Amino acid sequence: MAGASAQKTTGAGVVSAPGTVPAITLEGEGYSGAARLFAPLTLQVPAGRWTGLLGASGVGKSTLLRVIAGLETGVRFVGHVRASDGLPLTGRVALMAQSDLLVPWRDILGNVTLGATLRGTRPDRDRAMALLESVGLTDHARKRPHMLSGGQRQRVALARTLMEDRPVILLDEPFSALDARMRAQMQELAGELLAGRTVLLVTHEPAEAARLSHAAWLMSAQGLEALDLPDTPPVRDLEDTDFLTAQAALFRRLRARDPGVGFAGGEGA
Amino acid sequence: MAVAVIRNSAPFLRGLAVFAFAIGLWQLIVWATGVPHFILPGPERVWRALVNSHAMILDNAWITFGQILIGLVLGASLGIITAIQLAMSPLARMVMRPILVFAQAIPIFALAPILTLWLGYGMGSKIVMVILIIYFPVASSFFDGLMRTPRGWLDLAQVMGATHNRALFLLRAPHALPSLASGLRLAAVYAPFGAVIGEWVGASKGLGYLMLLANGRAQTDLMFAALFVLAAFTVLLYLAIDRAAAALTNRFTEPSG
Repeated sequence: MAGASAQKTTGAGVVSAPGTVPAITLEGEGYSGAARLFAPLTLQVPAGRWTGLLGASGVGKSTLLRVIAGLETGVRFVGHVRASDGLPLTGRVALMAQSDLLVPWRDILGNVTLGATLRGTRPDRDRAMALLESVGLTDHARKRPHMLSGGQRQRVALARTLMEDRPVILLDEPFSALDARMRAQMQELAGELLAGRTVLLVTHEPAEAARLSHAAWLMSAQGLEALDLPDTPPVRDLEDTDFLTAQAALFRRLRARDPGVGFAGGEGA
Repeated sequence: MAVAVIRNSAPFLRGLAVFAFAIGLWQLIVWATGVPHFILPGPERVWRALVNSHAMILDNAWITFGQILIGLVLGASLGIITAIQLAMSPLARMVMRPILVFAQAIPIFALAPILTLWLGYGMGSKIVMVILIIYFPVASSFFDGLMRTPRGWLDLAQVMGATHNRALFLLRAPHALPSLASGLRLAAVYAPFGAVIGEWVGASKGLGYLMLLANGRAQTDLMFAALFVLAAFTVLLYLAIDRAAAALTNRFTEPSG
């Protein structure tokens, strides 16, 4: 399979970004049967930066992420995805979802090295241990997932994502199942460890988009609109006034886009 | 107080107490009604038949136990292989599924005479009976488990660059083991039926054969004795498989709570 590690790991650099980090451009529109799910749109995900994709549940933002990941979507997507270097994205993408997807019969170390096992290559245990250390879980390497808290499990998922050492990281509501304190902590950890990679963050949480993104977009049935973010680099401080103002503005835009949602509906595809 | 004692004792002791109570009730009914022993022998009479004829009963029991165990292993293996084949290939699913459903619609017991005709009076026809009876529950429970792999795991495996077979054997199959375990539990209960029905239709040895023989000669106590040996074996088989299944389920799923 494709996807050999793009760089050698060096000492402290176990989490440093791989050599060539592409930008991604997605262009197209989505249909559910004959009905149009979203109008033609262009999503730019600049290289080595965090791009936030904010939207109400079911608007199709996860669909865009799945299209980039090359996964089945259940939506007919008409369009294309291009990497800035013209190479295919297969094997250059890592995925982290809301559910930690830990495999209950493998221990924590075994979960971090899952990718290598699934590809039939020899897992680099030293690197996996170094990554577990970077997420503060060295002592848990031999435990089974059920012995860990929700926050710890999501940190294992982050280590597993980093273990793949892919230049493009797709995050699908990765922290929304955590409590507020844990979420803030995970945002900081992910912001630090994923720095330098091309990251697409799909979220329905204005605060998360405002805190983590270099640039953010609001997705609705009409397409994408750019959102205003502070000039400071992410991860932004939780008490920073510019961040708080931006968060409020994002929230207002989000609500203005979907005034009639009310209590109906759940998380879509 | 008696209730409290029963509630607090170990499940095994509780089972034993209920069993002893049932035996007592049975003896009481025999005494109270004065029913002739060739219609319903009392437990004490059955016990004597068991002791007196133990050599003959055991002689026949090994045959039946052997048929059950061999049939169980072969049938379960076939079921597991079928489920994996079906999960691996959409073509296999398309071709095999209608056949399986049709095959399941045939009452397997009705095949016993033809199996005896084809395979003779020996163990072969009974082993095939057992295989046919447990094959479908094992295959379908494992297959259902294989097709219920969480979507997220399959996405993850695909993005990680796993081949279909590696994802099948490293994620889908382990995840489906608890489903297989419930199929095997069913198989443990069904398998003895298969062997005994096969023996009823035509055999020269085995517990089913012995029961038929004893019944024909109005040796009802011997028939009950053979029946209890078979039941005891079935219970032990079920308990053994249940333990193994529980261990498997515990190993491969998230403990709840």
